[in-house]
Amino acid sequence: MTGAAENPYRFLGRRIPYIEGPLKVTGRAEYSDDIKRPAQLIGRVLRSPWAHARLRSVDVRRARAMPGVYAVLTGDRYPTPFGVLPITHDETAIAVGKSRYIGDIVAAVAADSERTAEAALAAIVFDVEPLPEHSDARAGVVPVPEPVQARGVGGTNIQKEVQQHFGDVDAALARAARIVRVRASFAGVNHGFTEPLATVAESTPDGRLTVWSATQVPHYLHQALSEVLGIPMHRIRVIKPEVGGGFGGKSDPLPHEIACAALAIESGRPVRMVLDREEVFLTNHGRHPTWNDVRLAVDADGRLLAYDIDALIEGGAWSSFGTVTTYYNGVLTSGPYAVPNFRYRGRRVYTTRPPSGAMRAHGGTNTRYSVEVGLDILAEELGIDPFDLRDRNALPPNSTTVHGFRVTSTSFRACLAAARSASHWDERFRRLPYGEGIGLGCGFYISGSGSPIHWTPKFPQCTVHLKADVEGGIAVHCMQADIGQGSNTLLAAIVAEVVGVELARVHVQRVDSDASPVDIGSYSSRVTFMMGNAARQAAERLRDQLLQGAAELLDVPAATVRVGVERYYAAEAPERSVSYEQALHRAMEREGALQSKGSYTAPPLGGTYKGARAGTSPSYSFAAYVAKVHVDAETGEYRVAKVWAAFDCGRPLNRLAVEGQIEGSIHMGLGQFMGEAMNYRGSRLMNPSLLEYKIPSPHQMPEVECLLVGGDDPEGPFGAKEAGEGPLPAILPAVANAIYDAVGVRCYDLPVTPDKLLRGIEARGREGRPWKDR
Amino acid sequence: MARSIVRFELNGHPLEAPCPDARILLDLLRDDLYLTGTKRGCDLGTCGCCTVLVDGRPTLSCLTLARLAEGRKVTTIEGIAPAGGLHPVQKAFVEHGATQCGFCTPGFVMTAVALLRERPSASRSEVVDAISGNLCRCTGYTKIIEAVLAAREAP
Repeated sequence: MTGAAENPYRFLGRRIPYIEGPLKVTGRAEYSDDIKRPAQLIGRVLRSPWAHARLRSVDVRRARAMPGVYAVLTGDRYPTPFGVLPITHDETAIAVGKSRYIGDIVAAVAADSERTAEAALAAIVFDVEPLPEHSDARAGVVPVPEPVQARGVGGTNIQKEVQQHFGDVDAALARAARIVRVRASFAGVNHGFTEPLATVAESTPDGRLTVWSATQVPHYLHQALSEVLGIPMHRIRVIKPEVGGGFGGKSDPLPHEIACAALAIESGRPVRMVLDREEVFLTNHGRHPTWNDVRLAVDADGRLLAYDIDALIEGGAWSSFGTVTTYYNGVLTSGPYAVPNFRYRGRRVYTTRPPSGAMRAHGGTNTRYSVEVGLDILAEELGIDPFDLRDRNALPPNSTTVHGFRVTSTSFRACLAAARSASHWDERFRRLPYGEGIGLGCGFYISGSGSPIHWTPKFPQCTVHLKADVEGGIAVHCMQADIGQGSNTLLAAIVAEVVGVELARVHVQRVDSDASPVDIGSYSSRVTFMMGNAARQAAERLRDQLLQGAAELLDVPAATVRVGVERYYAAEAPERSVSYEQALHRAMEREGALQSKGSYTAPPLGGTYKGARAGTSPSYSFAAYVAKVHVDAETGEYRVAKVWAAFDCGRPLNRLAVEGQIEGSIHMGLGQFMGEAMNYRGSRLMNPSLLEYKIPSPHQMPEVECLLVGGDDPEGPFGAKEAGEGPLPAILPAVANAIYDAVGVRCYDLPVTPDKLLRGIEARGREGRPWKDR
Repeated sequence: MARSIVRFELNGHPLEAPCPDARILLDLLRDDLYLTGTKRGCDLGTCGCCTVLVDGRPTLSCLTLARLAEGRKVTTIEGIAPAGGLHPVQKAFVEHGATQCGFCTPGFVMTAVALLRERPSASRSEVVDAISGNLCRCTGYTKIIEAVLAAREAP
């Protein structure tokens, strides 16, 4: 346990307001849509109104001839397919040959005004042949006429099928005392970041292309631009301005980003492309609609014997991160428990709908829900308290899961104890009046993917450069992408902590591929762990140069110089010291400005079987959440009153940021549980607006008590692990299990809207199964 | 489209700007005047990112015709902080971690400034009511509410 009292650090472990906060609260932070270039054009795209259609021919002559139109592009100009995973390049900037969903980009224009751009798009004429719609993923597992993608397995719409079997599940099921089966369905959900997608691109006569974009992963965008546009990476410069939220939705290279750059090349003028909210929903890449079927087997003492899981996930028109999602829906469910036998079949199916992709707690949310509801059912059937059942099955520290994940630190048991005590569980569980309930849900997530995606494993996953020059500031360069989670602040705090200076001296530079060494971006909850380690190493190397300078001035060996606050001290004679700037200037006498770098490479992880790397991570986070709910049994309406959120992120390095991640994750998870859904009629998205897509309001947000109980991780920077995604999954089953405690109804169809819950309450009444005397 | 001029007070200074009748206030601010602190999140009045004050009242600039500001006082996020400093609400947002990605923040700040001018000791439920027209996807609102409550007592 790391309490504030034993925190040895000046900044780390405390509440550090974001360094860019003053810019954000004054509207001075610059986002992609705020960038204005001289002679800038407006870029717009035409989106397919056809769910599935062969594009036989297109006539752009009228559009091209319109005054004020500088470029018109269709799919034939840059047809190279791309995708975030190198093994599944099936996306195009502009549709080639056929349109695969309503919203697929089929043409793009650059014009001198919005009005001209709209008129030009309206003047483009397509000749199309309608093709069969594939709007139901469940119907796509058998051969179909005209599959969405040619790469579907055996003429079906299956993009990826994973089959895994570790141990002997059938033997475990045969000897189990209890087997519970949970079948649940989940609507697709969207990231709902507030900043719409936006890109500005400029191609200049020196042969270079500059792209400013709202992206979480500047490096993968850089690669995709190079591949599709046929320009070497060194001639492309990618700049990441402030990004207004991502949650996974800005982690793929996206078609409009490439289309915008292509328009800039074709027109020779800067082009700004800002998508409207409907286009953001149509771009999607959100959480996969899912149907899962989970069987859990336990012995008479409640010890887990086996998982047997089937998941069918709807991919939409493209692959995106889908191969990873397909693995994650299985492998991320075992922890935080020790599961000796494990069988999983996962299938991701293409449909003629907007693509699904990665969303916060990617692949770790929906199957997790079914497992945690299943454990609640088992606990009741066995007469064991839900906390005791989980404690009994907790994965021990320094263990290996059945699929070969190396688990080092875990404070899961401490999470359970903290949530149980703070929520007064033992006085409340099954003892609250009818309509009130309390429930437990737990979580487990990766602290950074062990293997990078688009990057040779021989390179470090993160590199940080530091430069200290005569003016006394320290410039920090790294391609890590702050999208609001506070990674710039953490980077500055680590440098200031190690070097021994005030935060105000440390200047984190804007991500710019010309100057920033590669970090592979903000996804898989990797930044704190990987960037943190790289930053620590870079800062220690800079500090060592400064200590040498100080040692020379103090005339003592460098090893005996101690780091203070803006000063370096002779350890043997603390009254003798030099300032940071004195030490810096002395050290600069040799070669000028000081420079250092640090990097992080994950250790070799995982087994040797096919797919063994999916889900490997240098460390894992753990969660145990208790939710308290109030259900109105007359209407089915309910509200979540309070959440006790015990979380193991190792040592929390910025408590303000960690709390913010937990509170925000709970809000986002509640959205998926309570009402958010991508609603379709056939292949048509019916609610592509923030009016009709129901994100919880401040009135629906419960009080959250954060319980940060993690111990130091052995490999994390200063003992830290992730806190960006792992705080999400536990809230959904915690609320579901609390609703059961309140009214005796299980929820298997998300989102759980009041009408669904009311039907469950009424059914229980009709079946004559009273609950808590009702 | 008719070409006309709109005159109003913007952030304490008189403004005269060309303004077609159908010009939206948000477009006038962002595209014509390059006051980009006011954000465009939905164009539908649902996210509150474009909130400005018109005669002191929080107003969704994406749903407001610019010419309706004629003769009024318009305040944007650029107009509430003293030079080189922060308004107490802004200061509280920074200190309490009420801004994460920051895109919704200008809208929340404007809403909160208007609320605390009208009700300097607003209750928690009044704060929640006031901000319920602003969407934040990062914070779960928790630290935004804390910041607004803290700004009440600020000097």
